[in-house]
Amino acid sequence: MSLRDSPLGELKVPLTWTAAIAVIVAIVAVVAVLVSDRRETFRAEAYGATRGVADRVLTPVGDALSAPGRWTGDGIEAVKGYFFAISENRRLKAELKEMSQWRDVAYALKNENTRYRTILGLKTDPPIPMVAARVVLDSRGPFANTRLANAGKEKGVQVGNPVLSENGLVGRIMGVTTGASRVLLTTDTASKIPVMIDRTNARAILTGDGGPNPKLDYLRGQNPVREGDRVMTSGDGGVMPRGLPVGTAVKGLDGRWRVVLAADKSPIDFVRILLFEDFTQLVNQKELAEKHVPPPTVGAQTVGVIPAAPPAAAPKPATGTAKPAATPPAKPPATTGAAKPDAKAATTKSGASAKPTDGKTAAAAKTPATTKPPTAKSTTTKPAAKPPAKSSAPKPAADTTGAGSDEPPH
Amino acid sequence: MSAVRSLEPWRWLGVPMVQALGVTVLFAIPLQLWGLQLPEPVFPMAAVFAWGVIRPSILAPVAAVIMGLFLDILWGGAVGLWALILLIAYALVLGGRSMTAGQSRGAMWIWYAVVTALAMGAGFLIVALRDKAMPSLLATAWQYLATIVLYPFAYRLIDMFEDADVRFR
Repeated sequence: MSLRDSPLGELKVPLTWTAAIAVIVAIVAVVAVLVSDRRETFRAEAYGATRGVADRVLTPVGDALSAPGRWTGDGIEAVKGYFFAISENRRLKAELKEMSQWRDVAYALKNENTRYRTILGLKTDPPIPMVAARVVLDSRGPFANTRLANAGKEKGVQVGNPVLSENGLVGRIMGVTTGASRVLLTTDTASKIPVMIDRTNARAILTGDGGPNPKLDYLRGQNPVREGDRVMTSGDGGVMPRGLPVGTAVKGLDGRWRVVLAADKSPIDFVRILLFEDFTQLVNQKELAEKHVPPPTVGAQTVGVIPAAPPAAAPKPATGTAKPAATPPAKPPATTGAAKPDAKAATTKSGASAKPTDGKTAAAAKTPATTKPPTAKSTTTKPAAKPPAKSSAPKPAADTTGAGSDEPPH
Repeated sequence: MSAVRSLEPWRWLGVPMVQALGVTVLFAIPLQLWGLQLPEPVFPMAAVFAWGVIRPSILAPVAAVIMGLFLDILWGGAVGLWALILLIAYALVLGGRSMTAGQSRGAMWIWYAVVTALAMGAGFLIVALRDKAMPSLLATAWQYLATIVLYPFAYRLIDMFEDADVRFR
């Protein structure tokens, strides 16, 4: 019996209704996909295989499509260079004259810096290797600001790597596959980068909003920023190296502080991907999650049983331990200078910077315990020394450096 | 054999879909003219609007989802965002079919602008909730303007296929 002959064969459902049902089903499915998307987490597994394959396919397509534009641009530049060679030569000569003065200043500063580093025993950041790549596709809408670059896994690019143009910071790698990597621009709504104002050292979070000028959120202090201040990466949280140029601060039309990106000075056709590994990539999350409790020492008292040390004895271990750790020129200004450049330096030299009023008191107060020789005795005295140090540290300060105070000293 | 000549899905769904996606890829190349970047209009919006006006269909929402997912992957946004925006637009057009029947070109252009505004407004809210950061109104307005000027393409599609299926005249 054919369907037409059956009683259901005459049943006609209006097409509008079936289309409406199809729309509802599609909306439910799409919402489920949208909710499960985790592109903002900067995890390699969150990027997804589909995106990886699509990026791999789109890269040569974008490369081929953008080639005529690139060639035209190169041609125009060549013609301009030919016709404006004399004026360009004059400009370059003037620039060279000015730059040679700056070169002398730079030499002097470099020499001075080297001496200071030697005196302070500062551990500077190692040079970061980088990879050059060409941008082949980009998106400029309000809901997504990304670029596709033609360098991927094979060149050692990893998720989270910072990306620079010749002028400044462009963004971070959010997804990587063979031959391609996706850059999340600083202007994307999912982009949040810790930055600092060069003049005042004030910290902020650079938050993208899909527009050309990202916002400076969570600015602290009185008048921390002025029009035209240089903004650079702070290196806080270990997400990015410190000191990468970001742009200049401006007051937006909405009254908020925003940044005119240095990267926007010229077209972003070529980028440099810094093969910088952030702390989250270096740390083995599994190992970190595991809690290794040391076996109890025979005859030793546990932390809970130890009576609290008398308050008068509290400062003693701190000063006593600070002495051997402190290098000869460990004056207060020198210690704050040492604590400034980076978090690593602050932790390695924290024995000298055990200043109760300092913002990093909590981290600094903890280190004396680590500088002690790890004998059986020290394990029993460690808890006794800890509470006074904690009590001496003001609570708000401990909150601001909360991550440092909770983490074990490196 | 039926005398009714039905509309082939590949003609009114397949071809416009490929065309819209192709042009979108073209507009995604990093080209700057006199320091200005190319606009980023949502070409699939015109196709989705036209599909809703031409006739109700089960395949049209599927095609809208495919286009939306392609946009998300191409532009590197949250997967599902543009698919949802396009589906919202299609649902609005489908819901207002009886209202828009026989309207003039100007009135339809206004309806297209309204539908696009509502759909992109929904997208704006979703992004704000997801990323906990309000997208730039100016950037959204630019994309909206670049999208609503695409109505002539939607009109051409409607004009080509509105009367192609006699069952929906």
